[in-house]
Amino acid sequence: MAGLPERAEISPTADLTAAAPEAAAAELPPEIVAQSLGEYFRAYGGRIRAGESGVLPVVVAMVAIVVVFQAISPNNVYLSAGNVVNLFQQSAVIMVLAMAEGFALVLGEIDLSVGFVGACGAAITVQLVQPATTNWPWPLAIVAGLLFCLAFGAIQGLLITLLRLPSFIVTLGGFLVANGLFLKILLFGPFSGYPNLIGQTDNLHVIYYLMWGTIDPTTSWIGAGVVVAGLGALIWWSDSRRRGSGLVAPPASISLIKIGVVAVVAIVVVAICNVNRANLGTLEGVPWVIPIVLAVLAAWTILLQRTKYGRYVYAIGGNPEAARRAGINLTLIRTTGFMLCSFTAGVGMLLYGSYLNGMSNNVQGGQYVLYAVAAAVIGGTSLMGGRGRPLHGVLGGLVIGAIYNGMYLMGLQFEWQYIVTGLVLLAAIVIDAVSRRGSGSGSATRV
Amino acid sequence: MTAAVAEPRATAEPLLKVRELDKHFGPVQALYHVDLDLPSGQVTALCGDNGAGKSVLTKCIAGAYQADHGQVFWEGQPVHIHNARDASRLGIETVYQDLALADNLDIVQNMFLGRERLRTGLLDEDAMERAAAETLASLRVTTVKSIRQPVASLSGGQRQSIAVAKAVMWNSKLVIMDEPTAALGVVQTRQVLDLIKRLRDKGLAVMVISHNLNDVFEVADRIAVMYLGRLVVQAPASSFDRQSVVDFMTTGGSSRTGGRTARES
Repeated sequence: MAGLPERAEISPTADLTAAAPEAAAAELPPEIVAQSLGEYFRAYGGRIRAGESGVLPVVVAMVAIVVVFQAISPNNVYLSAGNVVNLFQQSAVIMVLAMAEGFALVLGEIDLSVGFVGACGAAITVQLVQPATTNWPWPLAIVAGLLFCLAFGAIQGLLITLLRLPSFIVTLGGFLVANGLFLKILLFGPFSGYPNLIGQTDNLHVIYYLMWGTIDPTTSWIGAGVVVAGLGALIWWSDSRRRGSGLVAPPASISLIKIGVVAVVAIVVVAICNVNRANLGTLEGVPWVIPIVLAVLAAWTILLQRTKYGRYVYAIGGNPEAARRAGINLTLIRTTGFMLCSFTAGVGMLLYGSYLNGMSNNVQGGQYVLYAVAAAVIGGTSLMGGRGRPLHGVLGGLVIGAIYNGMYLMGLQFEWQYIVTGLVLLAAIVIDAVSRRGSGSGSATRV
Repeated sequence: MTAAVAEPRATAEPLLKVRELDKHFGPVQALYHVDLDLPSGQVTALCGDNGAGKSVLTKCIAGAYQADHGQVFWEGQPVHIHNARDASRLGIETVYQDLALADNLDIVQNMFLGRERLRTGLLDEDAMERAAAETLASLRVTTVKSIRQPVASLSGGQRQSIAVAKAVMWNSKLVIMDEPTAALGVVQTRQVLDLIKRLRDKGLAVMVISHNLNDVFEVADRIAVMYLGRLVVQAPASSFDRQSVVDFMTTGGSSRTGGRTARES
């Protein structure tokens, strides 16, 4: 029997269920094994112990940050309505940039150019609405800025996919090119170097209001009610339909808890925003920027979770070879991923331009890239590709904004903000690496 | 008529016939005048030492390579398979050794990858989940805890089962499996061998590439052996014993009784 492997005969009655490793049980999302509320929480506990904790760590971190800063901030101003709304506004830019970076990260790539590419788009918009020069209507100016971002993303994406260049290097080059272009764009026009939004035209007002405009309190409540009702109905309808047809579905109590969480968050946010937070006069209502961020979150969540395109993005991030064999056009999906990344960055930096009331060469595009990556990873997006949601970018952006804001209130300047944000990023990445090692997954071979 | 004379179950035209297939890579002749029959409702084991040409032959059938010469007949009709899409259109699905599953997606998502069902432009998860569950039930793949668990949490045998289920889901008529038991333990090998038998019982043609003669003799109805780019023998499994298969694999011929060559008629 020249070198033939001999194998013991197997009893045909061997217990086949024994083949499933016990360890796997802990990795299952709780909603797919649990039939009741108690089971659900037990399964969730098992998952946390196995390192698959979803958004829980970032929520815990957020609570810890809030408690600490509330305790130590001067006059406990941290949780005052004025500061919380300010914190939302500061975080909004990082949230949107982190959602942008999410496209690259889920594909298993990275985009270092988001800060300055977005800044170029925003600078184009701000220049085009200047009454002294072009005086374009604001929608056209915004479209022009975002089109620039799409084109820049397309060039980077094609270089990465067609020539198979590493995204790290291509977008590093793109970062420098965009930095230079940004400074060039600023030089046009009468406010050479510092195009701003100061002035009385409606065009300038709209761009300025993206960050600073508020919705009046009554409308805020109505809007929140509509959002909660719509989202709640959607959750309830889809969950109960799945329960009815015998598919894997969470128990009814979990659906109700999900709807309850959405409602509580909405009520708390609107209640805080509707407090008059001005020292003099009236400043109340939900800032425009909150529905803008929510709209980006909703659009990208639907795109990534509910469409073929999103499914392919995750498949490429998880196993590009499997995606290729399934007939997926890797070049197309990857390139459009980089385009959407740059596009979303344009939205984020437009909000930043609005926040700064104009664009100038003080814009820290390089620093914002790092915050964007950090926010996505802190929120739970994996750097190895295949895992991450737009919601992670929003939560991570809130954490970074909360640290930034708290340290600013303490009078600690940039040195300490950098150090603490960096440490939080390291903590997040350690959690990501440890949980991946625990689950034993990860096949990111590049095709 | 060719070798079919010796095979009572294959009185009809074989599902796939390969005739005089040649393939070379530069100066290396990888396939030389290969003839192969794959009848429906039977498991054909393709054996051969490393470098004998098993993978090249498989890839020519699956559309990954183009043969230089020779013909392929599908249900009696000559066909040209230019790529994997052509192959799946005919009903040929290949399960490669690395399985090509995305770890981060769940079972349903993997089974429908690239062929998702839509409703009003969005993914129709409910319909896909029901269809995947039906396929798994029909193959009696029952060890997975939930159809919604990520593939990362599956055992090797379960992954193989999912890859096979993914292949048979699309009304495929021929399933080609490359070393399906190579990386598996005893119990999981049993699962996969049972699954192969179930495919045969459903009337599919199955081709299994394997080095493991225990597995070959357990599941194969027919055995074909390649040696240095030639298909040296194909015949019913009952006409071989282990030693004759080893002889064919290592020397291209056998002095022992039993093995009849495909060209004897």
